[in-house]
Amino acid sequence: MTHDRPVTGEPSYPDAPQGPESGKVFSGGVRPDPIADPQTTEVDRDPEDRELDRGGTGGAVEGESAVAFEQLVGQTHTATALDPTAPPVLTVENLRMYFPVRSSGVLRRKIGDVQAVDGISFELPQGGSLGLVGESGCGKSTTGRVITRLYQPTGGSMMFDGQDLAQLSTKQMKPLRREIQMIFQDPYSSLNPRHTVGSIVGSPLRVHDMVPRKDTLKRVQELLEVVGLNPEHYNRYPSEFSGGQRQRIGIARALALQPKVMVADEPVSALDVSIQAQVINLLQDLQQEFGIAFLFIAHDLAVVRHFCPEVAVMYLGKIIEIGDRESIYGNAHHPYTQALLSAVPDVKQAVTGGRRERIRLSGDVPSPINPPSGCRFRTRCPIAQDICARHEPPLLQIGKRHKVACHFAGRLGQHPVKPITARLLGVDAEGQPDPGASPTTDLVEQPGYADTWFDLDANTIGRA
Amino acid sequence: MTEQLTQPRHAAQSRESEPYLVVDHLTVKFPTEDGLVHAVTDLSYSVELGKTLGIVGESGSGKSVSSMAILGLHDRRSARIDGSIRVGGTEVVGLSENELRDMRGNSVAMIFQDALAALHPYFRIGSQLAEAYRVHHPQASKKEAKARAVEMLDLVGIPEPQRRVDNYPHQFSGGMRQRVMIAMGLVNDPSLLIADEPTTALDVTVQAQILDLLQDLQREFNSAIIMITHDLGVIAEMADDVLVMYAGRAVEYGPVTEILTHPEMPYTWGLLSSVPEVSSDPNARMIPIPGNPPSLLHPPQGCAFFARCGHSRKVPGDLCATTLPELLPGTRGPQQLKRCHLADPDAIYEAEVLPEIAPELVEENRG
Repeated sequence: MTHDRPVTGEPSYPDAPQGPESGKVFSGGVRPDPIADPQTTEVDRDPEDRELDRGGTGGAVEGESAVAFEQLVGQTHTATALDPTAPPVLTVENLRMYFPVRSSGVLRRKIGDVQAVDGISFELPQGGSLGLVGESGCGKSTTGRVITRLYQPTGGSMMFDGQDLAQLSTKQMKPLRREIQMIFQDPYSSLNPRHTVGSIVGSPLRVHDMVPRKDTLKRVQELLEVVGLNPEHYNRYPSEFSGGQRQRIGIARALALQPKVMVADEPVSALDVSIQAQVINLLQDLQQEFGIAFLFIAHDLAVVRHFCPEVAVMYLGKIIEIGDRESIYGNAHHPYTQALLSAVPDVKQAVTGGRRERIRLSGDVPSPINPPSGCRFRTRCPIAQDICARHEPPLLQIGKRHKVACHFAGRLGQHPVKPITARLLGVDAEGQPDPGASPTTDLVEQPGYADTWFDLDANTIGRA
Repeated sequence: MTEQLTQPRHAAQSRESEPYLVVDHLTVKFPTEDGLVHAVTDLSYSVELGKTLGIVGESGSGKSVSSMAILGLHDRRSARIDGSIRVGGTEVVGLSENELRDMRGNSVAMIFQDALAALHPYFRIGSQLAEAYRVHHPQASKKEAKARAVEMLDLVGIPEPQRRVDNYPHQFSGGMRQRVMIAMGLVNDPSLLIADEPTTALDVTVQAQILDLLQDLQREFNSAIIMITHDLGVIAEMADDVLVMYAGRAVEYGPVTEILTHPEMPYTWGLLSSVPEVSSDPNARMIPIPGNPPSLLHPPQGCAFFARCGHSRKVPGDLCATTLPELLPGTRGPQQLKRCHLADPDAIYEAEVLPEIAPELVEENRG
């Protein structure tokens, strides 16, 4: 069997529809005998189907090799760099999201709250990205949904463009919705299977009256081209595309309104490894081209490290450590961050240095209905002491761009013996009130970073 | 359909020295409406007791199909299986359904990816475990079987096994359910355990717990493990040998340290470069593998990876497009097999690929 379609000058798309799913579409009335020689069945099928079966690389045809490696490298990005001067586009302060738990029976009395997000603060720099990592159930996805106002937050503020998104009514939110868009995890359930790609990508344009109706199709095709899909495929259905391509459709839809902020909730975790890199590079392209700020929610610490120059680690509804890439991955001070990092299987270390010692965390994340008193991590923490049950550690700034919430914050294996927070909280080392101490009153969590911080190594106040 | 064997069934005693599992020239084809799907073609590998083989590849590369063949899980009316699979010296291909049932869950067990789907939601954990035990130990009483269930839950680290044994699957968290799956796989002390993406849906902390557990259990029972995954980090931690599959064929096979430090097949390079490392240099790139795997309805004539390979220009002529490379020893020794026409792949990897995906390693090698 030969595929000698003449190569025309058309652009090649990273992955045009193909594969067994699309191969099932028969245009002729005669179904080929399944057992028969493929060569004879080929005749019964129209050329379009054959093209779909080829499963090559879009424009690349058999007999024609793929893009050369050096060229491919040129289309990729290194890890995104931090721009420390970028002003914040979104400032989140003390954000809380509680879901009521109701009793069974007729009255359905409220008997408690799931404290999914319990007072988090951060800044999202313009055109930058902040990674949100943590185990399932830590509240990272809820945070994303509150910021897109899919949920009305219980408390706190989210300042965007001079307006507090937390206070706005649904009607007031509508014009702002185009500024903050979302990319979802599962490209199979986030696209309506009965709508064509053109209608999926075009619907935000219609809802927000972005372009005149007659130009919608043109704009849709532009968007498809931007995300690396063939613009001629606007009248196909999601089922005709592979997982990676569907994720591109979801990205085109989010891009349609030219948002300033994109919340990407696990955008690559449902994709095959070889496809993940394609989507990450695409997101980096878009970020550079359109200056979009990303809130990147993921549990894959390696992908987050590549995409986000700043990372926040969440545990049970709180940010327990936040900082730039180097502070989190190279200089983590919170035992939970250290445990998370040590749990990631690493190709290099395992091959060169034999098996690493992991910090084993026992058990599961406690219930957010009844979080542990004091520090929420203490029930699984390898270095917890009495003070941890009595007082919640404040999120202290310990570096230029590094904050941590732990009484015994320190590098792995060098955690201090005495709580570093005791003096600030006005308690002794066991957490009992210390009558002689004067507690600091301004320990409220602030978004962003201050110009001064507690330098733990030198035991002094550090300055920028 | 009973498939005629391409090789005579060997007597067990003549093969006492061979590894516990030997897969020899295995080919699996499925007839479908669209034609014959060549799911696995000419695949050979072996696993010794106490060792772990990691199988990596994209979805649809045949990694699960080949391991399901070991358990005879394919519909014998439709799947066409050729070649030979020997478990502990017994030929599996062509065994009757009764003989297979005797083996499944007994000497060979499987751990599935989705524990919620693999456990029956209507039955208590304890009764599901006990059932798996009593099927192969008909003389055991219900009481003994339940005691065994509690013992297994304790072994895999479920707290309060006496109480949890009466819970239903939905009452367990994801990591706990995966432990129950492992307990069920181990209930009859299998010599071969096939784990199909056992940690893919789990958080890294829980994944670490499960991997530790599997290693501890392997040390204790000296069982052979096949670990199917797409996470090369998991492979690096768990496996002794690695088999890289692409489009139904083995494209690289050898010891884990060799394959991960000196891969000689561009597809393996692609897998290594498309995932970042948690400790990588900020100058490292995530380089995708362009395009999609070929359709297995009409496998390409030449190298299956050719249409996606960025290095085929370094091969003279149109060898890659026309001729399927043989699985031959690599440049670094006979223990590493690769299916590629490139003359000196190791040098290309060191010079071109490594500086892009791990610049810090290149520095080290120089310094």
